Amino acid sequence: MSSENNKILTTDGIPLEESLKVAEKKNKIKAFLLVAPLLLFLLITYIIPIGGMFSRSIDDKLTTNMLPKTYKAMEKWDGKELPSEEIFEAFYLDYKILVKNKTVGKLQTQLNLEKNGFKSALKKLARKQKKFKVGNYKEQIMSSHKRFENVEYWRAIKRRAPPITYSKYLKAMDMYLDEDNKIVQVEEDRRMHRILWLRTLEIAFFVTLFCFVMAYPIAHLLATIPMKYSNLLLICVLLPFWTSLLVRTASWMILLQQQGLLNDFFVWIGLFTNENRPQMMYNKTGTYVAMTQILLPFMVLPLYSVMKTISPSLMRAGKSLGATPTVAFFKVYFPLTIPGIGAGCLLVFILAIGYYITPELVGGASGKLISNQIAYHMKSSLDWSFASAMGLMLLTGVLAIYWLYNKLVGVDNIKLG
Amino acid sequence: MSKKEDFVKFDKVDKSYDGKVLVVKDLNLDIEEGEFVTMLGPSGSGKTTCLMMLAGFETPTNGEIYLDKNPISNIPPHKRGIGMVFQNYALFPHMTVFENLAFPLRVRKISKDDIEKKVAKALSMVSLSEFGNRMPGQLSGGQQQRVAVARALVFDPSVVLMDEPLGALDKNLRESMQYEIKHIHESIGVTVVYVTHDQGEALTMSNRIAVFNDGKVQQLSSPDKLYEEPVNSFVAEFIGENNTFAGEISEISNGSCKVKLGYGEIIANPISVRSVGEKTTVSIRPERALINPKDKMDNNQKGKIEEVIYHGDHTRVRLNLLGNSEFILKVPNSSQNLDIKLGNEINIGWNSHDARALDPK
Repeated sequence: MSSENNKILTTDGIPLEESLKVAEKKNKIKAFLLVAPLLLFLLITYIIPIGGMFSRSIDDKLTTNMLPKTYKAMEKWDGKELPSEEIFEAFYLDYKILVKNKTVGKLQTQLNLEKNGFKSALKKLARKQKKFKVGNYKEQIMSSHKRFENVEYWRAIKRRAPPITYSKYLKAMDMYLDEDNKIVQVEEDRRMHRILWLRTLEIAFFVTLFCFVMAYPIAHLLATIPMKYSNLLLICVLLPFWTSLLVRTASWMILLQQQGLLNDFFVWIGLFTNENRPQMMYNKTGTYVAMTQILLPFMVLPLYSVMKTISPSLMRAGKSLGATPTVAFFKVYFPLTIPGIGAGCLLVFILAIGYYITPELVGGASGKLISNQIAYHMKSSLDWSFASAMGLMLLTGVLAIYWLYNKLVGVDNIKLG
Repeated sequence: MSKKEDFVKFDKVDKSYDGKVLVVKDLNLDIEEGEFVTMLGPSGSGKTTCLMMLAGFETPTNGEIYLDKNPISNIPPHKRGIGMVFQNYALFPHMTVFENLAFPLRVRKISKDDIEKKVAKALSMVSLSEFGNRMPGQLSGGQQQRVAVARALVFDPSVVLMDEPLGALDKNLRESMQYEIKHIHESIGVTVVYVTHDQGEALTMSNRIAVFNDGKVQQLSSPDKLYEEPVNSFVAEFIGENNTFAGEISEISNGSCKVKLGYGEIIANPISVRSVGEKTTVSIRPERALINPKDKMDNNQKGKIEEVIYHGDHTRVRLNLLGNSEFILKVPNSSQNLDIKLGNEINIGWNSHDARALDPK
């Protein structure tokens, strides 16, 4: 009812809004102080590292910083014909400093990544440039190795001029920028990353499906049996949850390997002969089995918490109104569990998509996921910027799934407990 | 169309959950077609169990239940065609009011036009015609309750069961819903079996009331008979207010007896006592005892007023009478000048016919 010029006042004549602000201020500060440690923690352990990952994944300052004069000289070069003497001179001067500082190896590696065969040419130049005379560097460099006569190699240097690059992202999609700055796919037999992405999605999808199929009846049983039994059953569900992930994975290895317990059992009951023991580990089967078991509680718990709130009288009402138990289940019970299904599936899918240790141990070559590839580049090849790029792509993928889920089901409908 | 006398019949029904305790003991109950029968009793008396057995959610441990002469123990709930209103309404929260009402019709594969007609009729019966598109969560408790009643009736069941349907409502709403349910029952003539622990509700609504205690029907009769003529002290105590005297029979003749109390003696109406020396509990309704009676009454005692509570339309007076300090009187609010003041001694009289000598507590 109050308009702009007819503000409500408190009994002391202070505008109500201001009075409320003052009164609420203390509470707001208190609330902020309570969340401050978490905010700080998130900032240090989550937001800053992700920012760091992002900047590393697009960072390409290495060559830019090593060849400052060359790139300055190259600014006007159109890249069609061999560069002018001016550029050759700038390159010689940059390169001389690198040789002197003994940091030339990095440049050689970087440029070799850009164009194969660059390394040997640069090594030869490093030896020969010591005897270079002043002037006419173009000729002297070109005579040091015949590859310097090829304009392609100079274009390769120019391509590395910008301080940022998205080439790592292209690489993760099995694509690269060719000499003409066009995005092209790598040869068919070298498209390994795309296979890994698709396999990750496939395994995450099926693990989610298996978890759902197994968890739904368990959760239903948990929610309907009397308290004293349901607590025991809940502990049975949670017990593996409390066991170390490595221990669980290792026990699956014991069970699944070719001389393992399950295979021994199959041979004993005569399902397979001793010579034809099936391979259940170091392939997709192993990954499926172990990941489903490990992620099962994440499906059971949200389902259980939702089912617990569904009054048993609803099913009874359905039946008393003439619906068969099956119809009553699908028309009454199932729709009410959808928030739990959504939460469980989202949780399991997101966890599965980034799963690392289990596929690493039981997956073998055909059961490896994208996260294993990321770990490989972190630990073995030390191409951190590539690992960062893939990690960010994974994160973006997860956020996209969350967004899609929000559009389809609505995040408000999720019930985690 | 003549009414079938034993439309619903419980025949020697026993029920036990754990094999040790009988929750329902030897229940025999006949319900007439179109009747409104209430099962009344304290919690744990077995009344809800009886209802669940009739609905088919529990099976009798022994005995048989007949619906229209057919035994129904082996018929699953969804084939019994019995409507049910649950304590917490049990409306499907993910369906609109219309869908809730259409549910029993859809599972019976009734055509779309008929569904719309029937649902509209049922909604107008509970005066909620405008609410078809609402979700149950958007309705008030009373409205949800009416939807639940409409849903239980929309598929024209022969029997409707109601399990404490008004328990969650506040007092005023509960009273108006009582009348509403009673009027619906009268207008469509469906057989209703109603469970409640609220005696007021039972007295208002029912044709007959079965008072349950300890797994047994204590008394089955019309509300007025139940109130005026309880057959045992449990019923007398449970229904309405009640003044009691514990004593021993000192003299018994046809239609009257003398009961010796701790302090003095009264004349009573022998209901469940046979011989001299038996212990008994005498029950007198508060409104049957009068202060300074004008007519001659065969019981006249003096009592001391210990408490006076004003209730608007009447005043409750607590007396110490014949050693019973919990003797309650209800004095109607009228221009009559009675000397009710704390500490006064007054004369109290009642007819021996209204003092029922029942079994001892």
